[in-house]
Amino acid sequence: MFDNIFGIHEQALLLHGQRIGVLATNLANADTPNYKARDIDFSAVLAHTDDAPLPMRATQEAHITFSEAEAPAGELKYRNPYQASLDGNTVEMPVEQAAFSENNVRYQASLAFINQKIAEMQLAIVGQ
Amino acid sequence: MSLFNVFNVAGSALNAETIRLNTTASNLANAESVNGDATKTYRARHPVFQSMMDPSSAFGDDPDASTGVRVLGVVESTAPPLMRYAPDNPLANKDGYVFSSNVNSIEEMTNMISANRTFATNVEAINTARDLLLKTISMGH
Repeated sequence: MFDNIFGIHEQALLLHGQRIGVLATNLANADTPNYKARDIDFSAVLAHTDDAPLPMRATQEAHITFSEAEAPAGELKYRNPYQASLDGNTVEMPVEQAAFSENNVRYQASLAFINQKIAEMQLAIVGQ
Repeated sequence: MSLFNVFNVAGSALNAETIRLNTTASNLANAESVNGDATKTYRARHPVFQSMMDPSSAFGDDPDASTGVRVLGVVESTAPPLMRYAPDNPLANKDGYVFSSNVNSIEEMTNMISANRTFATNVEAINTARDLLLKTISMGH
């Protein structure tokens, strides 16, 4: 019953947390020559989290098992700059700042949904 | 948890931008420095930034492979020093010339503004990450 009470927001929260790290990296390297801005394709990664990957078959002892926790959460993609800069850097500050604040809002939204769910559950448990 | 990574990444950027501001301050302070010997004149210094690649993680498919920025080194400008005729200057060479530093004040000022803005952005990133973490800690309360 309580397997999936938070719905998609549990995964969304993790993914938004990872995306903040990627966007912060872009912001940190805003002045680094030849740095290429990266980002997570959010919807593509979230679509993948629904279907559980097939387990690997280990027929011999020497086979290395692969736990789901080690699986890469999503491929990082390079951003296409609106205007290429001469030093090979593709970080565009306004774009990154906009993405950062958007991601921030989405993170807080997921967090609010989870908090709401917890409050609901507590209400159901206490019953008054 | 990637949110904690923001502190490391943005922190490295703060450090790099601080070094950049320091070299700018040094350049501006020495903008009017003169010397009688062209080879001993102060030359504008600029830091070279490089992103720190984490060698242990395969680049491309690991969102946790956050790369900060580091200062690879500080290079001196190769622009020729300005030669000026100033026979009154005690540092002047036997022909009465002094060599002033090759610092371009306008370039330094724009550099300073750029460093200032990047610094502020990274401070903002740290503050945001901290707020989100604090909110996550108090989840369910």
